[in-house]
Amino acid sequence: MTFRERFVFVFIEDDRWKRHLLTGLGRTLLVTLGALAIGVAIGLLISIVRVTHDKQIGQMRRGVLRFLLRFFNRISIIYLTVIRGTPVVVQLLIAFFVIFISSNNKMMVAIITFGVNSGAYVAEIIRGGIMSIDSGQFEAGRSLGFGYIRTMWFIITPQAFKNILPSLANEFIVLLKETSIAGYIGFEDLAKGGDIIRGRTFDAFLPLIAVALVYLVLVIFFTWLTGKLERRLRSSDN
Amino acid sequence: MTTDVIIRTEDLEKRFKGGEIHALNGISTQVRRGEVVVVIGPSGSGKSTFLRCLNLLEAPSSGTVTFEGVDITDPGVNINVHRQKMGMVFQHFNLFPHMTVLRNMTIAPVKLLAKSKEEAAGKAMALLERVGLADRADAYPSQLSGGQKQRIAIVRALCMDPDVMLFDEPTSALDPEMVGEVLDVMKQLVRDGMTMVVVTHEMGFAKEVGTRVLFMDYGKIVEENSPAELFSSPKSDRLKSFLAKVL
Repeated sequence: MTFRERFVFVFIEDDRWKRHLLTGLGRTLLVTLGALAIGVAIGLLISIVRVTHDKQIGQMRRGVLRFLLRFFNRISIIYLTVIRGTPVVVQLLIAFFVIFISSNNKMMVAIITFGVNSGAYVAEIIRGGIMSIDSGQFEAGRSLGFGYIRTMWFIITPQAFKNILPSLANEFIVLLKETSIAGYIGFEDLAKGGDIIRGRTFDAFLPLIAVALVYLVLVIFFTWLTGKLERRLRSSDN
Repeated sequence: MTTDVIIRTEDLEKRFKGGEIHALNGISTQVRRGEVVVVIGPSGSGKSTFLRCLNLLEAPSSGTVTFEGVDITDPGVNINVHRQKMGMVFQHFNLFPHMTVLRNMTIAPVKLLAKSKEEAAGKAMALLERVGLADRADAYPSQLSGGQKQRIAIVRALCMDPDVMLFDEPTSALDPEMVGEVLDVMKQLVRDGMTMVVVTHEMGFAKEVGTRVLFMDYGKIVEENSPAELFSSPKSDRLKSFLAKVL
């Protein structure tokens, strides 16, 4: 069998490239973007709670607000500890076989699992970014008469965002590759697609290398994209 | 020059780390409109803490700060409104690095005083003109020298039309050759009748334009007098030894 015949057999016959690789790629991207949206939302929320707690609790008077902040901060810490302390494969299996046992929507389970998992890392990235801003910036904002929220919004977050963009982009790339374990619950994403072709054709080399190449191209593309954005944001640093 | 009291502190105390460090130990004083109060003292004496308590950047552990007749240490008071009337200049400038000089100066008046962008920019440009930095309006802080940064920080605070200006060691982070340009701007402010509280190591500045000098040590005001009196005939031994070292 020539390489050409082998290639045709593995990818073209039965439209395998379309049925498994292309559909799988679509699902991988969908899960990644969905998880990213959830992750950023959770991350933002958790980091706001954590930062506000660390910055403000010392000056707050006893009351409902302080109690709530303490409470949510505790919850956040537990969430961070559990999510970062257990393997994401195990989380995925628990989500599918325990929590969402009555649902067979694997896409949904994957998006939620990866989203909730990524949220923990994003939260710490954002928190680190905010904490990295010199406290003098915060004081300067407050001394002009800005309140806590407006100081955060106009002065701290724009600077923090610039600092965390590389880490955030890295988290996105990790997430993209991490979704490849969704095959554990039988979700047919890009990686699983390659594996299915391997099973059908008894050819491991071509489909798996093809899958690896697609991931690689995706990662290179997104890295290039964030690099461009970073350079644009750096305009005030010259 | 009117003589009404603009800031009054009563028995101000500040403890850090659960009471171990007593940074302020009962400060009662007042600042009258038009006065230039210079606060001197060895490092660790609490002078910066005192200044930062005046606009509650540092929350006092006990005691009160009354600003223009309002007890701003009262938890029911919206401190943000009062801070708009108290400009502050920091040792490390704290310009916003992601904004141009002009935006640094206009963001607060536009967002907090509901001024139009044009109006705020007009005032900012006039102030920049006065400190000789009108040509740097579109520069970013990273493109400025230390002295330029501090002059911008001063006029940024002035954009809010404050009733009092608080200076926290404004020249301590500057290269020696840049100290003069910042002090010149501050002296210009004194001539305009601005009420000022200045924490500084610049004894020359205190002598030249101060109306009153507070000498602090161990969180207390040890001695308080007109600059002429305080520098020429110090009464306490601690002030004598301090002046012997710095003059």
